[in-house]
Amino acid sequence: MNDQSRTLLQRDGTKTILASLISIVIGLAVGSVLVLAVGLSSDNLGLSSAWEGIRLIFLGLFSTGRNEAGALSWGFNPQSIGNMLFRATPLILTGLSVSVAFKTGLFNIGAPGQYLMGTLATLAIALGIPSTALPSPLIWLLAFLGGALAGALWGCIPGLVKAFLNINEVLACIMTNWIAANLVTWFFDATKVFQNTVENTKSSYIYKTAYGKTLVDGAWTYVDGNGVQTAKLGLDKIFPGSQVNAGILIAIVIAIGVYILMTKTTLGYQLKACGANRHAAHYAGINDKRNIVLSMAIAGALSGAGAALYWLAGNTEFFWKTYQSLPTAGFNGIPVALLAANHPIGVIFTGCFMSMLNIVGLQLTNLTAYNEYITDVIISVIVYLSAFSLLIKMLLNARKTNKPAAIVDSGPDSLPEEKAAAEDSAAKGGEQA
Amino acid sequence: MTFLIQQTLLYAVPLMIVALAGVFAERSGIINLALEGIMIFGAFVGVFFVNLMQGVSFFSDAYAAKNWLTLQGLELLAMLAAAALGAVFSLLLSFASVNLKADQTIGGTALNLMAPALVLFLIRIIANQNTLGMADGSDAASWFMIKKSTLGIDRKTDLGFLGETFINKVYLATYVCILLFIVLSILLYKTKFGLRLRSCGENPQAADSLGINVYKMRYAGTTISGALAGMGGFVYALTTANCASTGDVAGFGFLALAVMIFGNWKPLNIAGAALLFGLFKCIAASYTSIDINGDGICMLAKAPISAHVYRMLPYLITLIVLAFTSKKSRAPKAEGVPYDKGLR
Repeated sequence: MNDQSRTLLQRDGTKTILASLISIVIGLAVGSVLVLAVGLSSDNLGLSSAWEGIRLIFLGLFSTGRNEAGALSWGFNPQSIGNMLFRATPLILTGLSVSVAFKTGLFNIGAPGQYLMGTLATLAIALGIPSTALPSPLIWLLAFLGGALAGALWGCIPGLVKAFLNINEVLACIMTNWIAANLVTWFFDATKVFQNTVENTKSSYIYKTAYGKTLVDGAWTYVDGNGVQTAKLGLDKIFPGSQVNAGILIAIVIAIGVYILMTKTTLGYQLKACGANRHAAHYAGINDKRNIVLSMAIAGALSGAGAALYWLAGNTEFFWKTYQSLPTAGFNGIPVALLAANHPIGVIFTGCFMSMLNIVGLQLTNLTAYNEYITDVIISVIVYLSAFSLLIKMLLNARKTNKPAAIVDSGPDSLPEEKAAAEDSAAKGGEQA
Repeated sequence: MTFLIQQTLLYAVPLMIVALAGVFAERSGIINLALEGIMIFGAFVGVFFVNLMQGVSFFSDAYAAKNWLTLQGLELLAMLAAAALGAVFSLLLSFASVNLKADQTIGGTALNLMAPALVLFLIRIIANQNTLGMADGSDAASWFMIKKSTLGIDRKTDLGFLGETFINKVYLATYVCILLFIVLSILLYKTKFGLRLRSCGENPQAADSLGINVYKMRYAGTTISGALAGMGGFVYALTTANCASTGDVAGFGFLALAVMIFGNWKPLNIAGAALLFGLFKCIAASYTSIDINGDGICMLAKAPISAHVYRMLPYLITLIVLAFTSKKSRAPKAEGVPYDKGLR
């Protein structure tokens, strides 16, 4: 029993999860401190409001608003949980995008641009093909694949210039991001037909509303959408009032697919070999340039697919004047991937965690004087900590392996004692050294 | 033409000073991807500082009395405040990458995420909206812009081409930045400190063996970098972003990185590159009102090119220019590699 618990604790995966959990706790703590500092220093806030803010930061997902007495009430909130799953869908996919690139030694900060190009292709296909010409499920599939393809092509650009011209992929990604942001605005501005008829800063809706504009018999007509939105599969019954749909299930399937690709196939092995040491991989006969381009294309496809799943939900509004701001779903792929230590299965959970923070932000804005940006601060602290997650892991290592004898002596699997003993031995080891 | 040169200079100067910030960090061996974030933070600090000071009667009286010397002093103070807090903010990056030997790219990205989040969080609480202006009124620019009337010259006098371009409707900050750029370039290339700093970015082991403290030098490089980027952020907010802080500098920090690489990590080339990029930014921002040859016709606005193309141009050009110059570019050898004493 004792041996088993020890091996579980010493496994690398466990340590990675522990390091991520520590990052999360510190991140949440920093957010709380910020709320406390603002609450105490402001005249019209105060300690009680700060305490409400802190409780919401940790438990916002289970908040059900305020009761008649004005106090925060808690409980199972199906709407929040359903929305969390819905918002996690694009995050999981952009997280996968960043993590695949990371495994090949590339930093894909271009996820926002790929996401935008995926958005463009998806909306153009979903709205542009008349639902009389093709059955709706087929249009859905075409739109999804089109989004992924557009993302893949956009991701290829930084990959190509990195592989053949040796331009830093971070810079190339950032430039392509802004080019994509302008291209998308240009496209929706120039075509006009995809604009919403009521508010022309938005795109048309895919699902059935009174403001849709669709191609019917070769002419653009105002009809109520063309109904190609993602199926709900009964998830809306489990989480009533939320936007959840089958997209989350597709995202999970894709994550498992990426896991299989990276661990069980030759291509995955080659990609990882390039990431570990590009020159050694080249020497071993792996075409490193091809793999860099391919890795960025896969990453781009994943980001594009994330955009496709998000917009194909139908009931989301796309503000197409994007030339001054990039979508946060793209940037938040970076913390999702880092927090999961680039593990595709881990990305599912960290994606859900990030979207939970998103819900927390909304609750904070709705229920207290604080605003949703506090969750962005928390995310950035987590990213900062994951920059030296290796160090946290090393610290954990030092504690667990320093003197195994001391751990065995510490009695039948009592965790706190074991930890104390390990610390003790670590201290002793330090003295000896 | 006057308008074109002035506008180009307004865009080029923040780019130039922030690109130099990047040089200081990278020459010491640290990749400072956080330039964008530090700029955002510096812009907020400067704008908030001015916003606070305008409530102080000493300065508001000076404004009412048109005592422009005091007001220019306030501008310099705000630049100093932005620089100081930018330097403090950059310590987060130095600490992670020097002491903890963390991945510098991820550390920089974290700062880039943190700055807008923190700034917007605070702005929302201070101003209850998403922008924080320097003054409550609409004419915040009138506090600091130098015009003929501020210099005691009659509005109708023609100062000639040079006078109109470089004295009328300009900011003191622009000239301070150019001066700083020259002084710091000399510091980097002609002094003992500069040589030591650069050696840490090329071969830190050799530098260490000669008794240079690599950790200290890298801290120095990144801190100077943070100060310059913070100041650049404020100058950007003051001269081109309507004197407001919005938690965004429109990718200027990243453009500055591109300018730095295009300029091959050398100050003179960077100044040239910054002017080129400034020109493109200027065209993108105001192509409808640029009158190149002075015949009253705005050629660029008449051309059948979409506004979106002009906006895309700076980024597109960057990518193309990098594609042509990347073969020749020579980055500091040890940049991005945490210094490990045991390594040879």
